[in-house]
Amino acid sequence: MNFEHWNTKLDFVKHRKKFFALSTVFLLLGIIMLATVGLNLGIDFRSGTTIDIMADETITADEIRGHFEEIGFTPDDVTLAGEENNIGRASFIGGLDQQETLQIQNHFNDVYGSMPNVSTVTPLVGEELARNAIISVLIATVGIIIYVTIRFEFLYGLSAIVALFHDALFIVGVFSIVQMEVNIPFIAAVLTIIGYSINDTIVTFDRIRENMTYEKKVKGFDDLARVVNKSLVQTLARSLNTVLTVFFAAAALFFLGGDALRTFSLALVVGLIAGTYSSLFIAAQLWLVLKARQLKKGRRRVKQSEREQQPET
Amino acid sequence: MKKRKKVKKGLIVAFFAIVISLGTLIASNVMAHVNNINLGLDLQGGFEVLYEVEPIDSESEINRELLSDTVSALNARIDVLGVSEPNISIEGDNRIRVQLAGVTDQETARELLSTEARLSFRDVDDEVKMDGGDLVEGGARQSFHPDTNQPIVTVTVADASLFEDITREISSRPMGENILAIWLDYDEGDSYEEEIMKEDSKIVSAPRVSHVISSRDVMIEGDFTSEEASDLAGILNAGALPVELTEIQADSVGASLGERSMEMAINAGIVGIALIFAYMLVYYRFMGFISLLTLTGYIYLVLVVFDWMNAVLTLPGIAALILGVGMAVDANIITFERIKDELRSGKSTMSAFRAGSRRSLSTILDANITTILAAGVLFYFGTSAVQGFAVMLIVSILASFITSVFGARLLLGLWVNSRILNKRPRMFGVKEREISEL
Repeated sequence: MNFEHWNTKLDFVKHRKKFFALSTVFLLLGIIMLATVGLNLGIDFRSGTTIDIMADETITADEIRGHFEEIGFTPDDVTLAGEENNIGRASFIGGLDQQETLQIQNHFNDVYGSMPNVSTVTPLVGEELARNAIISVLIATVGIIIYVTIRFEFLYGLSAIVALFHDALFIVGVFSIVQMEVNIPFIAAVLTIIGYSINDTIVTFDRIRENMTYEKKVKGFDDLARVVNKSLVQTLARSLNTVLTVFFAAAALFFLGGDALRTFSLALVVGLIAGTYSSLFIAAQLWLVLKARQLKKGRRRVKQSEREQQPET
Repeated sequence: MKKRKKVKKGLIVAFFAIVISLGTLIASNVMAHVNNINLGLDLQGGFEVLYEVEPIDSESEINRELLSDTVSALNARIDVLGVSEPNISIEGDNRIRVQLAGVTDQETARELLSTEARLSFRDVDDEVKMDGGDLVEGGARQSFHPDTNQPIVTVTVADASLFEDITREISSRPMGENILAIWLDYDEGDSYEEEIMKEDSKIVSAPRVSHVISSRDVMIEGDFTSEEASDLAGILNAGALPVELTEIQADSVGASLGERSMEMAINAGIVGIALIFAYMLVYYRFMGFISLLTLTGYIYLVLVVFDWMNAVLTLPGIAALILGVGMAVDANIITFERIKDELRSGKSTMSAFRAGSRRSLSTILDANITTILAAGVLFYFGTSAVQGFAVMLIVSILASFITSVFGARLLLGLWVNSRILNKRPRMFGVKEREISEL
């Protein structure tokens, strides 16, 4: 991706309201979907057992069901996976006990010559993990705001955090809309994106801060807008190149990494897009709006104090 | 026109010396490190159980001490199995996670773990006469019956007079009732009459006591194979667990399925990394070549650190490693973009390199410290899976810092300072017409 940023004139700021509106609409849609349809929670968040059966040749769901019936079990759901449909996944809602799973494992080991994967969970574990992750992120948020306030200033930190939640909510929203199964690696993906989102936003903010020091006097919105536009154009090549390279890795994992990593890598791809978009169009623009308001307030206060001092002189 | 200064060939020689020696180092021991890394259950097969720990009687409370006692008891049981590198960890306030990688006989392992081994000696009315606490710790042994040569387990009672009293009482009962049943894991409601009829009985042995025994050694006879007998002895020595363990999560991965996932993830990784390398070469030209070297160093470093930390590599871990390359490349990209900017502004190659490196450093620092901060919090407050992720993130940020910031600076610096690249902006992906006059 090549941008001749020294003579490129892109006005990101002009369209900021459209971006805010777009994000708001999308996030609202996500929240509504989340509240009504919810997420397609995988076995990690529900009570149950999934059994992955691998065969050397292509198998059908009926075949798997047949083998289960032979030993007296009826799975609640059977799906196929693998390039040649050689993996069958049977799930049992409510779960099986130790004896039953052993029996099934041994049976399929006899049939296909490979020990099936069994995972049994009570929702407790997955829920706890998710809750814990959310709490940790909230605490991390506070830490980030403090650090950024010290190194930069408060408004940068606040805008970065808004972008972070934007990205996290975006992934969750997309998963609610497409109803892809949400499992524990999904949480890891959301955390990765949060890390990426902060990183990306801070790099952009760093340039804005640097360019601010070159400005002689920033009077109001227009000056700030110029700085933001300039900074965004300057970091554009970096932003796009970075997201592209990470995208290569995530896409390779999605297409070639096998079923186990599919949810994980899709969440990453979605998050990468959201992360780059939010750094350019949400975080920087939000900072601009907040900063402009702060400047205006500051000026009004100065004027006010001037007026108050007048009678005395 | 300025006279072109002489090229310092020595620095280029130094570059190749560094690259070749590091390359040799990497090539010679990377496989040793890779083979040393513990693979997670999802990659090598095995099984994992998460237990919830509950006290056996309502009076006792689950505390840290009780949990670690349970962990050592479980450890001792796994020793009986001969599993190498079991991983048992306490989670939260009342959970214990047991990971047994590469276990082929899951059935035995799981039974052995969940058997509580609460030994009790009861009469025919299920009245408890003696329990595991009355035995000498570590006194259980597998041996053979002196007469029949059958495998038996011998235990030693702590108090000879207590045993004498018990046997005196039981031996005085009428025939058929003079039995001291040895129970494993007696539960409320179990009865001697029912249990003794069962094939897979909880009563390991039901010896008739016909006379008073004053010796401290007790033989437990059962229909044991010598293996079963030594397992039982092992369990008894490991100490009856003071708690009840309930499985709340169990995961088991067949070895071939794990292998297949790993193969796919690694193939995906090779393709992904190759794409990144190709892109960097095309876009940043010579600097791209440098990043190819530093990224190779990054991957090596992460693997070495993983080995040192005795970390367990899981499927998400491989994914994070591959993604880490994408993140590490960011440090290169930030620096390279800066250098290009400086070149375009008309600076000489050497000063563009210096200014670009310096200015990009603070950006990279700010971005990475913020991310490390987040990872640190995740590690501190997160549970196991989140913690593993946080560690991976911190390791990859630090490793990328060493390789992509310092490594790239060193390697690129040798070339730049040799002056061979002077007046060759194309090598940096900068076109002549883009350069503004100073």
